[in-house]
Formats: sequence, C-alpha cells, structure tokens
Amino acid sequence: MRILLALALVLGFIMTPPALAQDTEPTDDAAAMTLLEALDVDSFPVKGEAIDAIVRSDDPRARDWLQALLDGRLQRADDGRFVVVLDNTGRDWPVQDALTGESLGEMSRRDLGRIGINNALRNQLRSAIAVVDLYSPDLQLRRASAERLLGEVDGDLAGPLAEVIEEETDARVRGRLTQALAIYRLEQGELEAIDDLHGSLHSRVRVALNRAANADDPLIADAAREALSGIEQMLKVNRAAETLYFGLSLGSVLVLAAIGLAITFGVMGVINMAHGELIMLGAYTTWAMQQLLPGQPGLALILAIPAGFMVSALAGIAIERGVIQFLKGRPLETLLATFGISLILQQLVRTGISPLNRTVITPEWMSGSIAVNDALSLTLNRMYVLGFALVVFALLMLVMRRTRLGLEVRAVTQNRTMARSMGIRATRVDILTFALGSGVAGLAGVALSQLTNVGPNLGQNYIIDSFMVVVFGGVGNLWGTLVAGLSLGVINQVLEPWAGAVMAKIIVLVFIILFIQKRPRGLFPQKGRAAEG
Amino acid sequence: MDSSRLWLLRPFGERSTLIFLGVLLAAMTLVTLLHVALAPGHPLYVNAYTVNLFGKYLSYALLAVAVDLVWGYLGILSLGHGAFFALGGYAMGMYLMRQIGERGVYGHPVLPDFMVFLNWDSLPWYWLGFDMAWFAFLMVLLVPGVLALVFGFLAFRSRVTGVYLSIITQALTFALMLAFFRNEMGFGGSDGLTDFREILGFNLRSSETRLGLFLASGVALALGYVLCRAIVTSKLGRVCVATRDAEARTRFLGYRVERFQLFVFVVSAMLAGLAGALYVPQVGIINPSEFSPLFSIEIVLWVALGGRATLYGAVIGALLVNYAKTYFTGAMPDAWLFALGGLFVVVTVFLPKGVAGLLALRLRQRRDDGGSLSGKEASA
Amino acid sequence: MSILRSLAQRDRVFDFLVPAASPVDVRHGPILYLEDVTVSFDGFKAINDLSLTIDDGELRCIIGPNGAGKTTMMDIITGKTRPDSGQVWFGSRHDLLTMNEPEIASLGIGRKFQKPTVFEALTVFENLELAMAADKRILPTLTARMNGEIRDRIDEVLEVIGLKALRGRPAGILSHGQKQWLEIGMLLMQRPRLLLVDEPVAGMTEQEMERTAELLTGLAGKQSVVVVEHDMGFVRSIARKVTVLHQGSVLAEGSMDQVSSDPRVVEVYLGAEAEEETV
Repeated sequence: MRILLALALVLGFIMTPPALAQDTEPTDDAAAMTLLEALDVDSFPVKGEAIDAIVRSDDPRARDWLQALLDGRLQRADDGRFVVVLDNTGRDWPVQDALTGESLGEMSRRDLGRIGINNALRNQLRSAIAVVDLYSPDLQLRRASAERLLGEVDGDLAGPLAEVIEEETDARVRGRLTQALAIYRLEQGELEAIDDLHGSLHSRVRVALNRAANADDPLIADAAREALSGIEQMLKVNRAAETLYFGLSLGSVLVLAAIGLAITFGVMGVINMAHGELIMLGAYTTWAMQQLLPGQPGLALILAIPAGFMVSALAGIAIERGVIQFLKGRPLETLLATFGISLILQQLVRTGISPLNRTVITPEWMSGSIAVNDALSLTLNRMYVLGFALVVFALLMLVMRRTRLGLEVRAVTQNRTMARSMGIRATRVDILTFALGSGVAGLAGVALSQLTNVGPNLGQNYIIDSFMVVVFGGVGNLWGTLVAGLSLGVINQVLEPWAGAVMAKIIVLVFIILFIQKRPRGLFPQKGRAAEG
Repeated sequence: MDSSRLWLLRPFGERSTLIFLGVLLAAMTLVTLLHVALAPGHPLYVNAYTVNLFGKYLSYALLAVAVDLVWGYLGILSLGHGAFFALGGYAMGMYLMRQIGERGVYGHPVLPDFMVFLNWDSLPWYWLGFDMAWFAFLMVLLVPGVLALVFGFLAFRSRVTGVYLSIITQALTFALMLAFFRNEMGFGGSDGLTDFREILGFNLRSSETRLGLFLASGVALALGYVLCRAIVTSKLGRVCVATRDAEARTRFLGYRVERFQLFVFVVSAMLAGLAGALYVPQVGIINPSEFSPLFSIEIVLWVALGGRATLYGAVIGALLVNYAKTYFTGAMPDAWLFALGGLFVVVTVFLPKGVAGLLALRLRQRRDDGGSLSGKEASA
Repeated sequence: MSILRSLAQRDRVFDFLVPAASPVDVRHGPILYLEDVTVSFDGFKAINDLSLTIDDGELRCIIGPNGAGKTTMMDIITGKTRPDSGQVWFGSRHDLLTMNEPEIASLGIGRKFQKPTVFEALTVFENLELAMAADKRILPTLTARMNGEIRDRIDEVLEVIGLKALRGRPAGILSHGQKQWLEIGMLLMQRPRLLLVDEPVAGMTEQEMERTAELLTGLAGKQSVVVVEHDMGFVRSIARKVTVLHQGSVLAEGSMDQVSSDPRVVEVYLGAEAEEETV
C-alpha cells in the first residue's frame, strides 16, 4: 500500500511541469513594500483590492504574506516595517521581516500593530491562497488547493481558472477544478455545467445541485434533479461498501479473537474463559513494548507481534499445566476454573499496572485513511488489522494442514483414545494446542490495541462474542470460525444504522441463540459417530 | 392421604431436611430475639442493618438452591440464572415503584420519576397492573418462568446441552443486560429502579419491615428447599439424575428427557425470580448489573463451593461466599477479585464435592471412629 | 440358577416375560421391517441399501466384521440416527422414521448398548425402577409411589440377573459383567415387544455367557430379539437364523450352517483375517 502511494507521488512529481510562478523574478523590495502598505488601511474593500494586487504581482513571497494575513500574523511594527509573527504567546514575540525573511529577534507586542481582516476578506484570502497554490510545482499543494476551491469560485476567479485547467497536467487536479468551475457556471445559469458535475460525490457539488434543483429555470432544475438522483445511487453503493468494510473489519477482529478459542475448544473440548484475558495480555504487551522503545511506536508494534504471541502462549501453558490438566473430562468445571483465572488476571493488571486505560500509539504508517472517492475513505488501521487477521488465519491453516503438529491435533480432535493408542502423546498435543490457541489470542490483543482502548476489561468485552463466533461456526472447524466471524461482523454493521449499536448487538445475540436451537452444531458441523461422544 | 400430595411431604421424613429446617428456624429465631429483645447498646444486639444483610444472604441462598436444582441434579450448568433473579427483582421493583405514587421527586401521580425525566406522557403497557400487589407477585414467578419455558423449550428440544447450553445461557443474560441498560426499554436504564418507599403499606425504611422481609426470606428459603427436596427425592428426581449421567439411555427407556429438563428448569427459574423479588426490597434498588454474566457465574461458584447436588451445600456456599464478599469489599476491596478468582480455581481443582463433601467425609470418619465407642456405651 | 432353568422350561409365567400391552400391529407379517435404508457420514456410507425383516417372536443374530454397520442399524431403529433414505416400520402401523427415541421406546422397543450404560449414581434397585414400564409423563413420574407390587416385580428381576445382594448399592460400583446384567434387567423391566441387544456377552465369563444364552432363548417366542454379537460360539449356541452384514448391507442370511458355508461370507471373514495376518 505504502509503496503504491510513494510510486504515485514520484510519478506525480515527474509529470508536473515547471510551475508558472517559478519563472517570475522577485519584484524589488520597493514594489513589495507598496503592495504591503496598501494593506494597512482602514477600509476593508480597499484591503480587498490590495490582496488582489498581491495575487497579481506574482511575487514568490505572496503566499506567505497572504497566509500570515489570514492567520493574523502579518503585522506592522512601529518603525514601519512589516513583520511576520512566528509565535504569539507571551509578551515578547519572535518575528521575522516580511520582505527579507530574516529574523528580527523578539519584539514587544506593544510595538506591533495587527492588520485586521473581516470574514469576507478571510474568504477572499482563502481562495487567493488556493489560486496561488495552483501555480505551485508541488502536486500535493495543487491538489489541496483545488479541493479548497470547490464552491468558492467567483467571477474574478472563473477566467484564470479556465486557463489553469488548460495548462494542468494532473488529471485529479484538473477534474476538481473543472467541477469547481462548473459549480460557478451552474450558478450563472449555464445548463451544460451540469454535465461536468455528473457522478461527483463531493458534498459541495451536491449542495450546488440541490440549489440548482430549486432554480427557476425548469430545464436546469430537471437536469440537476436527474444528476442528483444518479449521485444518490452512487452514494448508496458507497455507503453499502462502507458498511461492508466496517463489517469485515469488525468481523476480522471477531475472527482474531475467536480463532484461538476455536482451536482449544475444538481440540480439547475445553472452554477457556480466560481467553479474553490472554487477548488482553497481548494488548498490554504492545503497550509495554512501546514503553520500552519510546519514539518508535512502529518498531515496537512489529516486535509486539512475536512478543505478544509468546507472552500469551506462556500464560496459556501455565494455565493448562496449572489447572486444566487436573480437570480432564470435566468441561463445566474447567469453565469455572478458567473463569477464576480470568478474574485474577484482570485484577493483576488493575493493581499491577493501572485500572485506567493505557494509550497505545498508532504508528504513522498505520494512521490516516485511503480515500477511494469523495464519499468513501477506508481507515488504514482497520485495513491492516483485516489483513493481519487473514494472514494469521492462513498461517493457522498451514499449521493445521501441513505440519506434524496439525496432523496430531486433528487426530486427537477426532478420537482421543484412538490417537493415543496410535502413539500420539495426547498430553504433549494438549500443551502445544493450548499454547498455540493462547498465542493467537495474544496476536489478537496486539491487533486490538490498534483499534480499541487497552484496559483491564478489554478481554471481557470480547469473550462472549468470541464464544458466539465459535459456536455459530461449528466447533473444530477453522473455516467455520472465519465465515462466522466475518458474517457476524457484517450483520452487526448492517443492523446498526436502523437498530442502533446496542440493539444490533442484542439482535445478533438472540439470532445466534435461536440459530443454535436450529443447528446445535453450528454452520459447519462435524459429522459421524465420533462427533457425538 | 391423597397420593398426589404425598410427594410434597416426603422431605419431612428425611433427617437432613429436618436438620436443615431446624437450623434455619433456630437462626431466624435467634436473630429476631437479638434484634427485638435487646437494647441497641448491648454487645449481642443485632442492628437493623445486619438483619437486612442476613435477609439479603437468605435470598441469595434461595437463588443458590435454584441453581443447584438444575446443575446438581440435571447437569445443566446455567450461566444465566442471574437473569431470572433479576427479572423477578424487576417485577418486584415495578410494584415498589408504583407504590411511590406522588411522593417522587417530580410528584407525578402515576409515572415513575425516570419516565417523567424522559418526557414520557403515559405508562408503557407492560407497566400496567403492577400497582396491584397480587399481580406483581404473580409476575415475579411468571416472567422468569415464561422466559425459562420459551428458552428451555427451544434449547432442550434441539438437545443443546453441556458447554453449549452454558454459553448460550450466558449470552441470554448478556443480551438482557444490554437491553435493560437502554432507557427506551422503560426500566430506568442504567440507574434501574430505586427510591422505594413502602411494600404492602409498610415503610421499607422501618426496622420492623426489614425484620419482616428477613423472616419472609427465611420462610421462602425453607419452602423452596422443601420443594426442591421433594422433587429430587421423587422418581422424577431420579429421572433427572439419570438424564444428567446418561441422557441417551434415559431416552431409550421411554422418558421424554427434554420435558423433564424443561419442567425442572422452569421451576428453578421461578424460584430464582422469587429470590430476586425478596432481594430487591431489602437492598432498595434493582439495576441491570444484576444481569451481568459475572454475577450469574458467581452464583454457580456458591453452589460449587458448598457442594453440588446436596441443596443444603448450595445454602452453605451462598452464605460463605457472600459473607466473605461483605468482609473483603469492606476491609480490602482490591483483594476481593483475587480471592474470588482463587476460590473458583481451588474449589474446582481441590474441592470437587465442596464443603458439603468435606462435611460428609468428616461425619463418616467420625462415625467409623465412634463405632466402637457407641458400642461400649450401649453395653454400659 | 433354578429360575433360569424354570424360565427355559416355561412351567411358570413370569410377569416380565409377558410383554406390556403394545399397540404394534403384527397381523400382516413382520414386527420389524427395514427397506432400502441408506445413511452416510461425510460421504462414507455406513448403511447402504439395507433391507431386513424380523418376524414376530423371532430370535435373530446379526454378525459381521467391524464397520459393517451393525451399531448404526440399531441407532436407526431406535431413532438415534436418521437415515438419508429408506423406510423403517414397526409392525404395519408405525413408521419409526417419524418418531423420536422415547416414542419408539414406549412403543415397545428396548435396547441394550454395546458399552453397558447404567445410571451409575443411582442404586441397582433405582435403575430397575426407572426402567419399569409405567406412565412416563412428568406429573405421574413426580407423584409416583413405591408399592408392594412394584417392589415384587423388581425383586423378581433382581433374582434373575443375580444382583439381589447389591440392590441398594450404586450401579457405579458394579463390575463390567454385572453392569451387563443390570442392563439386561432394565430391558426386562421395560417388557418390550422387540429387544435390540448389542454385544451382550462382551466381558462375561463362560458361565455368565451360558446364562445369557438361556435367558435370550427363553425370551424369544413371546418377544422378538435381535442380537448383535461378535462371539461366534455364542451366536452358534443361540441362533436359529443369522444375518451377515457387510459394508452396510446384507451379505447373507440363513441358518448358522448355511451362512458359514457361504463362500462370500468366508471371503469377508477370511479376507479380513488374511489382511490382519499381513499387517
């Protein structure tokens, strides 16, 4: 994903022509001074003209001036010089000369006079800056400015904008500017402008079309309505896609949380109520790694993957050896004992670390989102977790299908006595399976630390959901867990908009309770005499 | 005597039941005497707070008996009995809420405070009738009973048993907890129902009412115990044990196992509802936390600690754990969850038969030791 | 063993030898009728187009190598497993495929499991009490009372199965053979029209085997008995008619002599032995 983005950036730079503004010589300081002095007047309309003059001047410093003016940092010192304030906290402010850009040290705020602006000017400045940026060689700046111009184009801008569109090479910038111009043209009553707005998902475009749909001209109103209904259709698709994405994301979390449970439950018939706390341990391992490696949250996160696996796996082995092995063949007692362990682990974290949530930093490369279009953007951290869940699932499948351990595990699952008589050391298989299932819980914790709060109750919040996934999918069937987890996630997200988050959860729970009545062995049951024991 | 009633009286022929009832009666009398006859300054005086606390323990004990009936004798580990307890409690809470009348903060003649606060203009239909005590007390049994009937019918018909059943009972109480947290449900949301004033015309804050509720809990426990005992000593009880140990075999003998399971499950749920109804006026509040899976599983621990399939063990367990809880949460609150968690592990690993098992073992040893002794006495 | 001997002589009619009133209609032929029954587990056909007829009062032995489908067949008759296709009729009136286990049991089909299954937490006496033919609905069960008549019936059966001394002990402490006997006793208490007996003599001594053989042959006539057994000696001692199952369907049927001289049967058994030798 990152590589692709970088590639796009590089290509973007190569294809960008030398920007227009670059060719112009800086105007001499006297002329610049005149430009700035024109700003220091009382009348706002006059200031407006002065801003226009600055834009037209093609002065390379123009953008900085305008930005400083917009931010209220362009000020005039008592000695007549124009300065840009760098930091306006405290009594003395560090400033630099607006013309030369050299630092002038600190000045008392009393020696400075601010050049005031009003809201109309603020808007004018924003579009002015956008226009200046349009000439920048920096593709990102041009794109950003094109975004900003949407719905902000007025008569003065329309002319130059048309020229810029002609010159622009980047398709995205051009498309945006065309839309921006089309909104203006539509406001002027131009019917053809609607053609340029068809299929745009941007909210500004919709606002403009909505306004046009109520226009006096019936032709324009009809065309606008038609365009709107097309857009509405596309929005629906996008919303569905978004729901699906969030559903899959939630589902991937459920799969991660449940799959370790599916292994231990399926193989040993053991309900491990402390599974949620093993997830919690994985999340806390991530936090601890980030404490150990301050300033490198990304590296810490990657290292937390094996570390989280190990921590939870070791905890799992301790639980198996310490308690579960003494409760062989008593699944209900095992359930109670492991529940006790879960209470102890929770309380350990509460007293040992803190009852409050810990902050786990999301590394830069995982934050942000990918904008698919104007209406749909996919958050990166969820995408990583989804991918991670699939990778973990694939690896587990490999372990189960291709390794000696997997073979032995499957044998023990199907018929413990038989497997034992074939020379498989069931005890060893139990320990390893439990370690594997617990380790996977740790991995789930590492992933979850990127999505939710890391606190002592983290595991508790997932344990019932995880059981539901395992039971729904069919015990002893990893594919079942995958399908069940993803589909429950999607169902939940589909229900949420009209039922609300809590009700959606209740509906899903009730659905599973009823489903289990219909198919007591889940979606993908194991068949035959062995399964009935 | 009519044979259909005889099964209910059968427990009175058992020594263990008579001992249990005797001890319970003695304890109730003692507490009443120490509370009523002694002056507040006396070292043995039992104050109203303690009476109240004991009443709460007794309602918990009844709940534990209900759980032991299904877990101990039917082999069904319900992790959702807290739900039946809470539903009974809510039914009682609704009655107590309606008894507040105009004395609420907002002074509305009909609507409870939280509904006025939510700008509701009339009572939801399911609140109707709860101003009448007989209706509310009927609902205390019916609501949990009907839920258990529907849920159990579906579950037992499809032969959902073992850990699967445990998990979905847990999901059931979890779903109910989420539902009752919602303000829109009309049960006061997360705050639940509280600020009760009086029950059947008696002021809930007076110490006489508290003593009355304590005694009522004791009587309910005694009746519940005798009922459960009568069930488990009947042929039906033996069918339950048979089902617990070899379900398929029981079917092949011609017993419709799912109906027996359903019957006992519903009886147990109603007892749990009754326990909840006794609990609520004594603690003065009912809120969705009673539905939490943690509470339901804690009940199971009481039974496990006391000893499964004995009924009196469940009572011992409930009293022990709750006394410990009162002590710990006062003295060292952080340690309570460690203690509780540790108790789960210790009981399941080292004390599979619970305290009752220990007692029985001790008794048998003493009897063996004392065999020769009593022989000497007899000869003397 | 005087009682057993008297059983065989039939000079006295025991209560438990008289089947309880059963609605089964055998006027038009067999008591049990299986046609084209097929059942598969994950593609493996445990029963394949099996057709079988048991006549009223018949004693039938069913033999066959491991995995021939004998236990699965019992599961189908008693309602534990549903076949994918085919028909199973009890008499000419009752379609067993539409019924569940308790319904089938109360029609008068009793079953003894391969692995002896008794209620270990209950006493020997209580095991027999639960098995007894009675009103098995909830309220009658709740209010049921012990009386002299019931006690006598249970005592009779206790005598037959030789567990009288252990009547008050929990069934869990019994030996394997004693559990076998208790289960047979439970069958007797049920007074079924059709008994399905899965490997009754596994774990029994020579003497006990003889007693079982006597008991089963004594039952036949009034009741129909289907015995699944591995022990050829035992089968030979009781069998009038033998059915050989192989790979889920009937391979051969007839008297023990006919069957054991059938070349296909010889091949199945010898083939299996030959394979075992090469292993």
